[in-house]
Amino acid sequence: MKAEINEQILLRGLVDNDSKAIETIYKENYNMVQAFILNNNGTYDDARDVFQEAMITLYEKAKSESFVLTCQIKTYVYSVCRRLWLKRLQQLGRYITADENLEETVQVEDDLEIHEKRNAEFAIMERALGSLGEPCKSLLEAYYIQKKGMTEIAGEFGYTNADNAKNQKYKCLMRLKKLFFAQYNIGE
Amino acid sequence: MEDILLLETIERYLNGSMLPEEKTYFEQLRKNTPEIDQMVVEHKLFLMQIEHFSEHKNLRNTLHSVHNNLVEKGNVYEGGEISTKGRVVQLWNKYRRVTGIAASIAGITALIISGLVVYFTPANNSQQIQQLNRVVNQVIKNQQAQGAKLKEVDSKIPKDVELTTSGSAFLIDGKGYLVTNAHVLRGSGAVVVNSKGEEFNAKIININLEKDLAILKIQDNEYKPVSSLPYSIRKTSIDLGEELFTLGYPREQIVYNMGYLSAATGFDGDTSSCQISLSANPGNSGGPVFNKSGEIIGILSTRQTSAEGVVFAIKARNIYDLVNELKESDTSVQKIKMPSSSSIKNKTRVEQIKEVADCVFLVKAYTEKEN
Repeated sequence: MKAEINEQILLRGLVDNDSKAIETIYKENYNMVQAFILNNNGTYDDARDVFQEAMITLYEKAKSESFVLTCQIKTYVYSVCRRLWLKRLQQLGRYITADENLEETVQVEDDLEIHEKRNAEFAIMERALGSLGEPCKSLLEAYYIQKKGMTEIAGEFGYTNADNAKNQKYKCLMRLKKLFFAQYNIGE
Repeated sequence: MEDILLLETIERYLNGSMLPEEKTYFEQLRKNTPEIDQMVVEHKLFLMQIEHFSEHKNLRNTLHSVHNNLVEKGNVYEGGEISTKGRVVQLWNKYRRVTGIAASIAGITALIISGLVVYFTPANNSQQIQQLNRVVNQVIKNQQAQGAKLKEVDSKIPKDVELTTSGSAFLIDGKGYLVTNAHVLRGSGAVVVNSKGEEFNAKIININLEKDLAILKIQDNEYKPVSSLPYSIRKTSIDLGEELFTLGYPREQIVYNMGYLSAATGFDGDTSSCQISLSANPGNSGGPVFNKSGEIIGILSTRQTSAEGVVFAIKARNIYDLVNELKESDTSVQKIKMPSSSSIKNKTRVEQIKEVADCVFLVKAYTEKEN
């Protein structure tokens, strides 16, 4: 019971992007995942990528309103990593011997599907921001990602006042929206 | 400009930062104008997307920094500093299947090859080996004196004689004087054969059974005297462990063997001989024993039957004694001149053997048949 409460606290920390909670989850699970990847033709970099993808999947799951913790974090993370890695191996055309050690895993297919969609959207947004050019990119990132106030941004980017910065921001935003939806609607 | 104003309004509406009055008015406007409603929906979606993007980006940054932090602290190991054992295990895991396949192919190949060898090997092979064993066994019985019985009759050997023993001999004077063991010459006459297979008649001119040494003289017109011998004969004794080599005729071909001086005295403390360690066989008797500078230090004579690799050689100074003894009793041999210096001292072993081989002979002794 106590362990379950601890896990709930950790997950809340993850949703809040609390680095202490993330570090705890990392410490408890990373080496297991790394061993799995290394034992299955993977490298240290592969292990790092796969584990971080799994953390993002866990984050999305924990954030969703319908979230119910049906298993331990360890089991969930391991299941996701395993699934992700086997998929990547298949894409590379490599085969893997059916695992003889039947570790406890859970169904993560649906979560991964959502995660993949999110990843695609993330890529579209990143590309749109990338093709936006400066200073629009930095300006929008400062407002929407770093969540800075308009006055602070105005000072940082050398605008005479917050209103000027705001105007500039909206101009950039309109361009970004155009770029984003051009890609996004194709994807739909 | 109008668009920007509208966008700002929509964002304020979605943020919830509108005043209640303004909000009611805007909602009314949205209801009546589908274009505005469309824009609101679209912007809401967009804001959600950018929010997701920002969350992911921040999370990724945190994950990266946590990761690097843990690597620094040593909670996470990444390459480089991992122990060799880990790498070996990793390699093993990586190539486990390949190794397995290779090993089974090797195994199957080995089985097939051994099967084929067994199948195609002539059946009489084992018989030959046995015969050989028997011959060797017989020889070992007569081993104390290492003479090998000959079965063949050769051209220069008189027709009505029986070959008794064979052994080795070497020149002490280029004019045709040879030294060998007395036990090699169990008979009334002898022929000697050089390493090229040429036969010469020889006469026994002195034999000392006590010392087990004998001197032969080649008496054959075909023999061409050698002007100078490549080796010398050492008067003084040598040190334990000194590297030695020998040439002899345990078979029809000249055979090389090497070893070292293992004891300063011979069998039962005999001071006239020494013990050397090398592999010698019947027929090696009478062969020269050289040190690595190419000096003859002894005449290989016997081996101990009860031990492996224990061979005795008569010390070379006995040759001088024998020759002096001969000179005293027979004035016709005053002219024997022993080689005093070795010309092969700093040559490689292969070159030494090439030069020395011509001076080492196969001795075949015979007796007249009793009729």
